[in-house]
Amino acid sequence: MKRLRRHGQESQRERIKQELFQFNKAMEHGFPHQPSALGYSASLQLLAIGTRSGAIKLYGAPGVEFMGLHEENAAVTQVHFLPHQAGLVTLLDDNSLHMWTLRAHKGQSELLEIGRFTLTGPPGASPSVTSVTAVLPHSSGELLLLGTEGGHVFIVEVPGFRELEERNISLDQVANSVPEDYIGRRNLEHVEALQENPVNPDQIVIGYGRGLMVIWDLEKLCATQHIPATQQLESVWWTDDGKYILSSHSDGSYCRWMVGGEDGNEEEEEEEKSDIPYGHFPCKAISKIVQLPTKEGPPFLLFSGGMPRASYGDRHCITVIHSKTHVALDFTSRIIDFFVIKDGPRSAGEPSALVVLVEEELVIIDLQTEGWPVIQTPYLVPLHSSAITCSHHVSAIPLKLWERVIAAGDLQNTHYSKKPWPITGGQNLASDPPQRDLLLTGHEDGTVRFWDASGVCLYPMYKLSTSAVFHTDTDPNDNMNQSTEGEWPPFRKVGCFDPYSDDPRLGIQKIHLCKYSGYLTVAGTAGQILVLELNDEAAEHTIEAKVVDLLQGQEGFRWKGHTRLDVREDPVLFPPGFQPLALVQCQPPAVVTALTLHSEWKLVAFGTSHGFAVYDYQQKNNILIKCTLNPSDQLAMEGPLSRVKSIKKSLRQSFRRIRRSRVSLRKHHVNNAAKLQDANARLEAELAEMELAPVQRKIEARSSDDSFTGLVRTLYFADTFLSDSSHNTPSLWAGTNGGCVFAYMLRLPSVEHRADEPITAQPAKEIQLMHRAPIVGIVVLDGHGAPLPEPLEVAHDLARSPDMHGSHHLLVISEEQFKVFTLPKVSAKMKLKLTAVDGSRVRRAGVAWFGSNRTEDYGESGLMVLTNQGDVHVVSLPGVKLQVHYNCIRREDVSGIASCVFTKHGQGFYLISPSEFERFSLSTRNLVEPHCLVEAPQYSAPSTQHRPHANKASSAQRNARHESEDAESAARRVMEHALLNDEKVLQEIQKSLEADQMLFSENNVKSALA
Amino acid sequence: MLVCYADVHGDLLPINNDDNYHKAISTASPLLRLFLQRKEEADYTTFGTDSLTRKKNTVLSAVLLRPDTNRKKPPVIISLPKDFRPVSSIIDVDILPETHRRVRLYKHGQEKPLGFYIRDGSSVRVTPQGLEKVPGIFISRMVPGGLAESTGLLAVNDEVLEVNGIEVAGKSLDQVTDMMIANSHNLIITVKPANQRNNVVRSRGGAASGSSGRSSDSGASYYGYTSHSASGAAAPVPSHIIQNFPAGDLESDEDDEDLVIEAGGEAEPIRRAPSNYSMPSVPLYQPHLDLRTTSTLSVNANGTLPASGSSGSLNNALAASTTPSPDRAMQRRNLEEDGTVITL
Repeated sequence: MKRLRRHGQESQRERIKQELFQFNKAMEHGFPHQPSALGYSASLQLLAIGTRSGAIKLYGAPGVEFMGLHEENAAVTQVHFLPHQAGLVTLLDDNSLHMWTLRAHKGQSELLEIGRFTLTGPPGASPSVTSVTAVLPHSSGELLLLGTEGGHVFIVEVPGFRELEERNISLDQVANSVPEDYIGRRNLEHVEALQENPVNPDQIVIGYGRGLMVIWDLEKLCATQHIPATQQLESVWWTDDGKYILSSHSDGSYCRWMVGGEDGNEEEEEEEKSDIPYGHFPCKAISKIVQLPTKEGPPFLLFSGGMPRASYGDRHCITVIHSKTHVALDFTSRIIDFFVIKDGPRSAGEPSALVVLVEEELVIIDLQTEGWPVIQTPYLVPLHSSAITCSHHVSAIPLKLWERVIAAGDLQNTHYSKKPWPITGGQNLASDPPQRDLLLTGHEDGTVRFWDASGVCLYPMYKLSTSAVFHTDTDPNDNMNQSTEGEWPPFRKVGCFDPYSDDPRLGIQKIHLCKYSGYLTVAGTAGQILVLELNDEAAEHTIEAKVVDLLQGQEGFRWKGHTRLDVREDPVLFPPGFQPLALVQCQPPAVVTALTLHSEWKLVAFGTSHGFAVYDYQQKNNILIKCTLNPSDQLAMEGPLSRVKSIKKSLRQSFRRIRRSRVSLRKHHVNNAAKLQDANARLEAELAEMELAPVQRKIEARSSDDSFTGLVRTLYFADTFLSDSSHNTPSLWAGTNGGCVFAYMLRLPSVEHRADEPITAQPAKEIQLMHRAPIVGIVVLDGHGAPLPEPLEVAHDLARSPDMHGSHHLLVISEEQFKVFTLPKVSAKMKLKLTAVDGSRVRRAGVAWFGSNRTEDYGESGLMVLTNQGDVHVVSLPGVKLQVHYNCIRREDVSGIASCVFTKHGQGFYLISPSEFERFSLSTRNLVEPHCLVEAPQYSAPSTQHRPHANKASSAQRNARHESEDAESAARRVMEHALLNDEKVLQEIQKSLEADQMLFSENNVKSALA
Repeated sequence: MLVCYADVHGDLLPINNDDNYHKAISTASPLLRLFLQRKEEADYTTFGTDSLTRKKNTVLSAVLLRPDTNRKKPPVIISLPKDFRPVSSIIDVDILPETHRRVRLYKHGQEKPLGFYIRDGSSVRVTPQGLEKVPGIFISRMVPGGLAESTGLLAVNDEVLEVNGIEVAGKSLDQVTDMMIANSHNLIITVKPANQRNNVVRSRGGAASGSSGRSSDSGASYYGYTSHSASGAAAPVPSHIIQNFPAGDLESDEDDEDLVIEAGGEAEPIRRAPSNYSMPSVPLYQPHLDLRTTSTLSVNANGTLPASGSSGSLNNALAASTTPSPDRAMQRRNLEEDGTVITL
């Protein structure tokens, strides 16, 4: 009987777990790592980015996002949308072609791969014959022209990928008709470019690597014109009116050629214009050229590259020339590709925006506003414009703070264009986010960026710079952004990616924001702690630094690390936004490892590897300083070696060295061969030696003499029962790397005397955990077993006041186990061992609230845990039992694991690359992911009927086309069948998702009221 | 109070735990001669006068090893259990394959480092598909003077199979390292020794294993003991090895002895809040309370103990002693006779 009942309880618990927890990797925020290809569909208004890791990402209007991943782990080299269809073709560097389509399902689109294809040449042919170098989707939407390394052009029917062998354009066919006097006729080389005549879809131009361009008639199957350029070809552009062809070349020149008459008269085509824009000295190649007409006035000419090799060969530039305006847009990273968006219903109007994909960001330039300002991107933001050093998430921001932060941010963005975002494809179907969430990222250059993390788009809101408080060794003459008058080429710096920090000591290490009071505290690499207050007006402050000596007379100490930052003594004008209120500097200036703020008590607590302290930012004095240093800990005693001073200089020097070595490399090429061999042999010997000595791990119990046992890992303010069970008092809890917990009782004066009466802190308890593992978190649970609310949460009626009657419990989370102690008498009550059982260690832990997706009013607090194995667990509170666990991050991805932050509602973020956050959710109720619909464009004129020479088509071709339709419809049938089978499942998923959202929004209101 | 008895050889031996109590009962023929002494008057030198070379005393000591903080220095300290404490033992010999060895290392405080290193390697396994090379974890180095080396039970190139009852197969070197460190206060590792020469060849039911100068099983392993009496037969239960490590048993008291320093007060080790043993009213069995608890558990598991069993430890022991059949007692005897390796 008893067993039966227990069984029933267990299955009941299992059901509740299913209603509460669910793991989803919902989406990615930020800029794709290592982009390698760009595509754009004017008819769909969608942008596509392919990456080196084989991902393909589509973006339209804000909130419209799709992602696909190629099975092959190969880089995407080209992305082409098919005209008039919701589909695209990708080329990978393993020479495979992939067909993707956007299919609507239950009112929502999804990106699916529907076909793959690799060109097969004749048996025995070298692989270069079929190695694809150029792809042209024909405007009919039915053909794909593939130019290859061997110089052939293969014609393939889409979407079925059927080769039309009889229409292929072989190199021999072309070479035979090349004029005798063309110097490169013996070897035309690979197909570099393929372009279609914008006014005659039967004509294409084939550009060969050697320079020759051939206009080919697809119907007559013959060349109609030869353009004998003699420089190595880089790109070809056919102007909109079909009259001219522009070619760009490897010597930095471009040429404009007149296209001959319709009938293909072999009249002497003239090279109308040839120019090396940055001439005189040798220039680098112009990799792409585009010319676009305007209704009135001169056309826009845009090209990438072409810079003078010696002086500006390392710049990444796109030159835009319009009338008298000539600007060389200077990007901070390599240009991948660019395109221009045109106005008007059929994208036939004026050029309106230039979209440039560079290695580290997407930059959009408004070409219709004076000065060509940049348009702020609503997505694809470069999170890593300075490297991310830490992150902090705050859920459910009160509207007032939200609006003030936005207002402060708007004032920073005045240099952006006022134009709306020009890429508007698809519809965002996601309902408005249920709450306002902020993600704060700390950066190496001392900035803190505020991101709107409520919905699908991680939108930049505000940027706080802490460097104004300090003197940094920035050399004003060294500023890369400065442009001198009359400089040629006329550079203009664009983009915000700037990974070079002037002073690594400025790096932000810890952030804590109180969402109710608007107080923010940030701490950095050189032991600096700033308390900031939100001010809507600009104000001048003189910042006085308070130095806190954490050593407290500890002897035998030698700090070998960096020095403290120099604080500016003169008043500094701070713009509206967060302005510094107080500055504390730790001595020794070691990196701050723990930080917390209590806005109600107006206290900030911080810790380093040497100790911790509490600072009263109202009275501006120290309340408590505790040294946790172990005198036998040599590493902590000395600190890291100083690399600070030289880092910037050495970086610059190494760049120069690279540049120099490029020049000298050619000269010494031959001499070096022998040396190289020598070095290789030595390296091999070294490697062999390394293999002989395998990696060993020492098995030793943790001891108090281990390194950095005094490092403060966590700090926590709590109003709880520290000394006796009848009176609760404010307290501070600190946990160290050596498994030690210190508890201090704080005595705060009454509110009216808060400004003048001193605050005192008395040591109350010290717990040394037997297993000595580092302490990663401390939480006090109230009489109901619920975590204590945040400061001011109760005061703002946003949380139930904690149960102060029942006995409180202390939850200590170490790397190895979770342990619950009773309070005020600290005795162990429960524990959960993790490391001893499965060998994983706790890296991150955070309290979250999980709502049930079935019953609106049911929810539980739980502990979200991330281990060093990359697994996420949910541990119940207060029972400390493992509930669910999922594999989230690869265990090798150390930086991903280190970057993880949890939200208070069961979601999390971690970096999957320096520039991208993955967003995941453990909650059934709280899930943010894109819901969007893209409809295929209305294309009223099916291409087959409107082709000018359709009647001339041979019966063989007609047959071929017929067959191709058959193949296509067969493919469609297969797809539909596959999808229909899944329809039930999809329906259910859809239903539950909709229910989720409704439940969530309602529940949020309730919990806010509760 | 000290309880002693005279065995068949006429040696005076102490009764202070289950095992020697059972032995006293089972070997009594026909009378059991008991000697009661007051503790402070006890003459320790009289123990085992004729049998100093025998291993029995070692058995006794192995069973009783419990660190006792406030021990007095008796005049002669040979073989008195509480003066020894184990640093290592081989356990579960009866349920493990002969090629494996389960070693328990006792880490007391910080005195001696555990002192060994592990590495990745590969070993050959027999699978349905034939011989297969699989990754494994091996002991790579011993620190001279460390605990691991001084026991002589672990050696370089021994393959580590389990850590505290959990298989290491499929776990990374770092995971196994962390598991061992997390269990370092009571580390139980199952190894496949590289050198198989020292394996104990166990004879079933024979009493041959008594003379153990070699490393072999110990009756002290109450896990093994438990499993034996629970299964009721000599058949080993290798598939349920973990059941030999009930969570409660593994939680050594030490593990919970976090140190709490109250403001201005003295340090006190934390005991589990709901204490799972009660102080008996008679101080008779004080030195081996923990053992008593275990024994009670094992009997309960056996289901032989009547539900009315009182908490009095002597009652339990008597009840238990009356139930076992003679051959079961025989088995236990064998177990008891297997010597324990104690390295001092």
